Order: sequence, then C-alpha cells, then structure tokens
Amino acid sequence: MRDAFIAQLTELARTDPRIFLITGDLGFGVLNKFAEEFPNQFLNAGVAEQNMTMLATGLAMEGRVVFTYSIGNFPTLRPLEFIRNDACYHHANVNVVCIGGGFSYGSLGISHHATEDLSILRALPELTVVAPGDDYETMEATKALVNKSGAGYLRLDRSSMIVDAAQPFELGRARVVREGTDLTLISTGGMLGEALIAANKLSECGIEARVVSLHTIKPLDTEAIRLAAVETGGIITLEEHTVLGGLGGAVAETCLEKRWIPGFFVRMGLQDVFSKVVGSQEYLRSIYKLDAPAIVETSRKFVEAGQRAVVEGAIR
Amino acid sequence: MNSNQEISSSDLAKRIRIHALRMTSRGGSSHIGAVFSIADILAVLYGGVLDVRPSEPKWPDRDRFILSKGHAGAGVYAALAESGFFDIQWLETHYQDGSRLSGHVTHVDMPGVELSTGSLGHGLGVGCGMAYGAKLDGKNHRVVVLCSDGELDEGSNWEPILFAGHHKLSNLIAVIDYNKIQSLAPVSDTIALEPLADKFRVFGWAVYECNGHEHDALRAQFAAMKEEKGKPKVLLAHTTKGKGVSFMENTVLWHYRTARGEEFDRALAELEAVR
Repeated sequence: MRDAFIAQLTELARTDPRIFLITGDLGFGVLNKFAEEFPNQFLNAGVAEQNMTMLATGLAMEGRVVFTYSIGNFPTLRPLEFIRNDACYHHANVNVVCIGGGFSYGSLGISHHATEDLSILRALPELTVVAPGDDYETMEATKALVNKSGAGYLRLDRSSMIVDAAQPFELGRARVVREGTDLTLISTGGMLGEALIAANKLSECGIEARVVSLHTIKPLDTEAIRLAAVETGGIITLEEHTVLGGLGGAVAETCLEKRWIPGFFVRMGLQDVFSKVVGSQEYLRSIYKLDAPAIVETSRKFVEAGQRAVVEGAIR
Repeated sequence: MNSNQEISSSDLAKRIRIHALRMTSRGGSSHIGAVFSIADILAVLYGGVLDVRPSEPKWPDRDRFILSKGHAGAGVYAALAESGFFDIQWLETHYQDGSRLSGHVTHVDMPGVELSTGSLGHGLGVGCGMAYGAKLDGKNHRVVVLCSDGELDEGSNWEPILFAGHHKLSNLIAVIDYNKIQSLAPVSDTIALEPLADKFRVFGWAVYECNGHEHDALRAQFAAMKEEKGKPKVLLAHTTKGKGVSFMENTVLWHYRTARGEEFDRALAELEAVR
C-alpha cells in the first residue's frame, strides 16, 4: 500500500503543483525519488510531528494540498490536538498518512502498533477517515483525498494484495468485493485479504459470505450496512485495531439506531489489550484471532447455529 | 492600507482597553490582565505596521497576524472592529450565549482572524507553515505571531523555533508578550525562561527588545526588522500585565478576575483619563 500511495502521489504531483508532502523524518528509500523530483513540494519537518501538523495546516491554509507522512501513531496520536484544532477546525486540506496501520510493524513493539487510531480519529469533526483494503483502493483514495475539502486521514498497512472487483472506488461508499447470502464480512484496511481467503474457505463448507470493503470509516456508508443486515442476516466486522469504537463500533451504532438488527453481530479485532506479543503482521493476526482461520471458525459457529433471522425494527 | 490612519495608535490602544474592559465585564470572562498587556502591541500592529485591508480581509498579499495566546482574544476583536473589519456592535455580544465572539479567538465568521487559538503552542508552527509557503511562492508579506511568555513552556513552540532558524524564515516575526507573570505565579518561579534572548539567538533568530507599551519604540523595532534578511525575528516586548489600570498591574489575580461594580467604574475612569 505504501508504494502504491507514493506512486500515485508522484503522478499527481507532476500535474498539480498544490501537492505537498511533509515527512516526520521517515521514509528511507521510499520518499527519495519524490524529494528529488519535487524539491519545492517536499519537506522534512524533522522528528517533530506536532510541528509537522502545524506546518501542514499553515501551508494548506495558503492553498496547498498537504500530506503528512509517518509511521504508526507518530502522525496521529502524538499530534492529535494539532490535527483537531488546526487542520480539522480550519477545514485545511491536510491529509495525515500513517503507513503502519495495525500490526504492520509488529516486531517493533507496541509503540509501533497503530491499534486505536481509527476510533480516536473517527471522533474528530470534519475529518475524512480512510483505511484502504488494497493497492487499488489506496491509489484511488489518494486521488479522492486531494479533491475533497477539509482534512483527511489515510491509514495504510503492509498488505499489498490487489482485489479483483468490478465496483469502482468512491470515497464514502463501501465496495462489495464478493457476493454472498449467508453472512457479511465487513472489513476495513488490509483485513480485506483475510476476509477473502476466509470467504473462499467458507464456500467449501457451503457457506457463502458477502465481503464488503468498508474503506471509508467516515463518512460511513450506512446503506451497505443495511444491506448486510437485511439481505444476509449476519455481520462480522474485521479490523486490525481495537474493537472499541472503530469499524465494529461504527457498524453497531448504525444497526441499533436504524433498527437494522442482524441475526448475529460479531466484532473481530484486538480485545482491549496491548498487543505485547512480538512478531510479524501475519503472526500477530494469528495470535490475536484475526487471520482467515479465525474468521472461518467464527463464521461457521454463528451461521451453523442458525441465528440468521433478520429482526428488522425489533426495538420499539 | 489600514483605515486606522486617522486615529493615532495611542488612541487605538485606549479604545482596545476600554472595549476589552466592557466586553469581559459584560460577559463575565477572565484574562483582562493579559489583554491589557498586549493592547499597545496590537494598537501599533493594526495602527500601521500590518499591511492589511479591512474591506478585503482575504487580500492574498496581506500580512498574516496570529494571536497564539488566544485567551487575549478580546483585544484582537476590539482592534479588528476599530480597524473596520466588522461592526463595533459585535463586541457587545462577546462571551455570551450565541455570540460569534468566543473567549478564545476564533476565525469562524470573523473577518480578519487567520487562526483560531486557545490551546497554547499552536500559533508559531502554523505561522511557520504560512511563512514557508510564502517564501516558496516568492511573496513579500510577513507572518506575525504574538505569543505569551508562559506559553513558551509548551514544547510545541520549540519545534517551530528550531525549524524557523534552520530554514531562515526571515518573513516570520514572533512577538513575545513578556510580562513575566503566568497563570499561577511569576514566570521566574514557574519555569524560568532567562536568558530568553540568548535562547532565541542560539536557535538562529534575530532578537529585538523594547518596552512593549512605548509605541515609538515598538514601531522602530518593527522597522528595524526589515533590514535583517537572513533570519526569523523575535521581539521580546517587555510588558506589564494589567497595564493601564493601577490596581490590575503586575498581579496574578487579574489574569482571572472580572471587573464589576465599583472595580469596573474605577478601571474605566483610569482608562478614560488617558489622553
């Protein structure tokens, strides 16, 4: 995803002089070409994420479209108030890019695990929050963030698959990447790959899972959630992130408030713990029950229990 | 140019103080001491130093002014209203239910305000971004950021202070309202800043100092800055918190207290007595 993002940003920068990239002193071997080709559209703010965010706001207020770039929690939680008060409140076209979503930097330890960013940033008014599921969505999201108004958050992880799906990317509109009638796996970010592997396994057991890439956490595509609840009767949300307040929270809020009550609803994610185990992204997905086998197991348990009745409008 | 050319900066300072006294009293807000501390700096800036157009607040070549110590917003609102950016009657609603004038300065529906502040340590970094962008674009306008002394405790100021020195942002001016009193106690008893001028110098800034209530001295310092081409500039404006009302000067109390009743009358009488 990271390379897809830089490739797309490079292409955009060639024709749009407003594009401006600021790094917090990270991106060795990744940003060099961009920096060389666009010396007037690139800046290293140093190891100073607060100032990086303030600089971005100042530049955006003067007409530039700015991307701030760092890993893990450095561009998000560290300068959180600067994103809120400066970028968001001033409706500045500042796009915070995190290239280490979830367990991307698993072996480096919890300082480098971005596992609460979606729920925290989702709470900020006027911020568009995007976690693409593959390289295609990453490139399209990058283009879309340039053209939207106000601030954005682009959460990338180390997944690098390309999903074959006909539906084009649109900010705020989930993509159905696999049809199914027995349940819906709603994923955000690179968990899309695990969801598709799981869906194929489930098919071998006679269970057809719909797979939805909910790449935009805000604004939320509530219609895709409605269809998941009403048409498939069961929802499992998948996020490499805490289960508190992120994708699962957003979907749960929507279902309950709108009275689109599925027969079963499960949030799969990190269960309100620090991910202390050391290991690769793949390894940590298996340890924290977020890999395809865990998704298959959970799906079978609920579907086979026959909890498929759609209870629409059950709460009066 | 500024519509304030007709009234003197000393008259503008007097009006800013009287407006702010009425505004904070009517709305029941704090920070009158912090407003009085910067009233003369604001009067000199809006009385001719800043190149702004009240009838065209977003004029692209305007000087940018950021009040980083957002709690003194009443002073900026008063200066903007007196300069013709908006109706003076707006000031009467300050800090009250439904007002567009919040206690900490806001840019929303507020002609002339570049940046909303209130959380300290935001102005210099955003100002750096504006100044860096202006340099890239070959623009000649300046970015002026007014900070408090206590605000310099915030680490987020020292990131842009390093940055501006490294990038030689000569179009950036920081003004430090150096009244030496912060929220609970004197600066020297809280987190000492001295030697402050030396700190800025070693970070690559050109340092200017003067009495922050003497208008001619302030104007001379801003004029002298135009000769320094290679560095960001900082003006250490030595001020008195609560300046202009005898019983408010140099006290921590009037960072918070609202003047009402007899205190209000005495304060107003002292301010109106100024020629």
